[in-house]
Amino acid sequence: MDTLNAGGVRLSCADLTTREINAALAELPDGAEARIEEPWGRHNLAVGLTNRITIDIDGNAGYFIGGLCDGPDITVDGFVGWSVGENLMSGSVRVRGNVSECAGASAHGGTIIIHGDASSRAGISLKGGTVLVGGDVGHMSGFMAQAGTMLVGGDAGHALGDSLYEAVIYVAGKIASLGSDAKVENLTDSDVLRVKQLIDLAGFDHIDPQNVKRVASARQLYNFDALKDQKY
Amino acid sequence: MTETLPSSLPLAESTPAPALPADARRRSHTFPPEVVAQIQRMADEGHYEIRGWGAKRHLPTFDDLVFLTASVSRYPLEGYREKCETKTVLGTRYASKPIELDIPITIAGMSFGALSASAKAALGRAASAVGTSTTTGDGGMTEEERAASKLLVYQCLPSRYGFNPKHLRMADAIEVVIGQGAKPGGGGMLLGQKVSQRVADMRTLPPGIDQRSASRHPDWVGPDDLRIKIEELREATGWEKPVYVKLGATRVANDVKLAVAAGADVVVVDGMQGGTGATQDVFIEHAGIPTLAAVRLAAEALREIDMADQVQLIVSGGIRNGADAAKALALGATAVSMGVGPLIALGCNSRTYLQDGVEHDATADYRALGTEPGYCHHMHTGMCPVGISTQDPRLEARLDPEWGTRRVINYLKSVTMELTTLARACGKSNVHNLEPEDLVALTIEAAAMAGVPLAGTNWVPGSSDCR
Repeated sequence: MDTLNAGGVRLSCADLTTREINAALAELPDGAEARIEEPWGRHNLAVGLTNRITIDIDGNAGYFIGGLCDGPDITVDGFVGWSVGENLMSGSVRVRGNVSECAGASAHGGTIIIHGDASSRAGISLKGGTVLVGGDVGHMSGFMAQAGTMLVGGDAGHALGDSLYEAVIYVAGKIASLGSDAKVENLTDSDVLRVKQLIDLAGFDHIDPQNVKRVASARQLYNFDALKDQKY
Repeated sequence: MTETLPSSLPLAESTPAPALPADARRRSHTFPPEVVAQIQRMADEGHYEIRGWGAKRHLPTFDDLVFLTASVSRYPLEGYREKCETKTVLGTRYASKPIELDIPITIAGMSFGALSASAKAALGRAASAVGTSTTTGDGGMTEEERAASKLLVYQCLPSRYGFNPKHLRMADAIEVVIGQGAKPGGGGMLLGQKVSQRVADMRTLPPGIDQRSASRHPDWVGPDDLRIKIEELREATGWEKPVYVKLGATRVANDVKLAVAAGADVVVVDGMQGGTGATQDVFIEHAGIPTLAAVRLAAEALREIDMADQVQLIVSGGIRNGADAAKALALGATAVSMGVGPLIALGCNSRTYLQDGVEHDATADYRALGTEPGYCHHMHTGMCPVGISTQDPRLEARLDPEWGTRRVINYLKSVTMELTTLARACGKSNVHNLEPEDLVALTIEAAAMAGVPLAGTNWVPGSSDCR
């Protein structure tokens, strides 16, 4: 985004504190554009926003980017740290690089799109959001994910989908191992259609929607009696 | 003339069994009847016990301390006539809108799910009436609770069930829950029988399935991450609201220092007598340290890092009355928080309940759970005989919210009166002026834990100081 629309703002981390940047973003009217320059790994950029604005972060950023947001569309042209888009309610966070741990943790809604790889526990505790990863995901991804969808364009690490509830994970590459109570299910036509929609949304061009694995809960740990088999 | 009796007489069928010898019921300290019953239950069921309530074992408590009230060397304030200030301010370090309470006694976090919506609302109304705060719990904020509670603390828990930034902004303070005294490091569980459609919808899970409350936050680990997490919560709320960090009491000194370093405005330390809606009995009875020890360690930690004036300390876990509150304040707490006490005031463990203006006996319902009024710890079942810890509309109707609210108001007022009367007798015109010097211990254990002298001596076990 080389130009900003009328009323758009440029905010530089070289000059402003995190608090000043977030306060400035929160003041913008719906439809406004903002660019955050020189982020230098700054944490907590663009958190807790409720306005329908577009934000471009021009470089690598730190923890919780876009966390607790309910509205904006955020793009990071770089890498980010832990828990990008945590507890997202609506809107989107797109990262054109790799992300560290816990991407999309507890996201209730909205979409988190990661063009690179995601480290461990991507989609942990997911509660209805959508997490789309073009590359690989680390171990324990989808841990205790309750609702929503994950798509992994590359390979998944060990214990994928451990203790899954009702979320569904699609994996295009290899799965190192499944976690407790996760199982691979048959792909249906509606799954293929859903994956196609997600690929189009993310702009991924390396995933064949007919050739992904569907991982869901075996629902054997849903009640305490399952402890008889010491699965926990 | 002496009659010789036969050595044994034939027993008629209706004759009672012969009396047991005096040592026949010799109680084993290692395997007393309740342990025998637990082992037999484990052999029957093949898994650990999950239950509600808090620790039932004997522990050193605030009862092991007594006040050295005024005499010649110090003079008291007059009974209930002279003013004794109870106002309490929490969150003065960073928050632009600290919490101002009329009394240093708050209602602890208890979830909608563990408790019925009407029980939560009754606690909120009572807290508002006496000028104090109540706290959400796992599962998020209900409309009833927000409407009822003038001051509401919104918990950020590991499960994030129902966690909504809109509710975060509606809250008066934020409490990041690291652990609970009843189950530090253990998480918790809401068993499926309490997961009604409404509870399930709030938590984004199907009704009727057990809902695990995770033991660790999903988006951060460790103290450095906690600092960033707290900053995120402040950024999302404009740095207005106090941020509490709640700890289950284990390695209290280090944990308190790390919470302060992470930016907490208020540290909440929950001792092992703290209650829970449901967790493993083995956690309740065998994890964490008693509140008595925790409060002294926490207060000492704040003093060591010179933050006692900036960071407030709330202590919870088995606080029952004004004496407990006064002792906690004397040892360094700014306020106490109570959970089980207010529930008992609402009617928990009462033999009767009031429905449609008529008092009903609930003994048979307690018996059906395998317990008695006064002994019930069956919150986990969802079959609360008095309608407090349930989601069953038939049982929930047994709690008259207005009646319950009045009882909790009375209880909180009584606790406050006990607190102030002890403070006045110690010569204090403000309950926050109570100090360790006002206390002595009745046991060596309590003296060592609380850091006050054993009564009648100047000996503080574990300390080189005598006073």
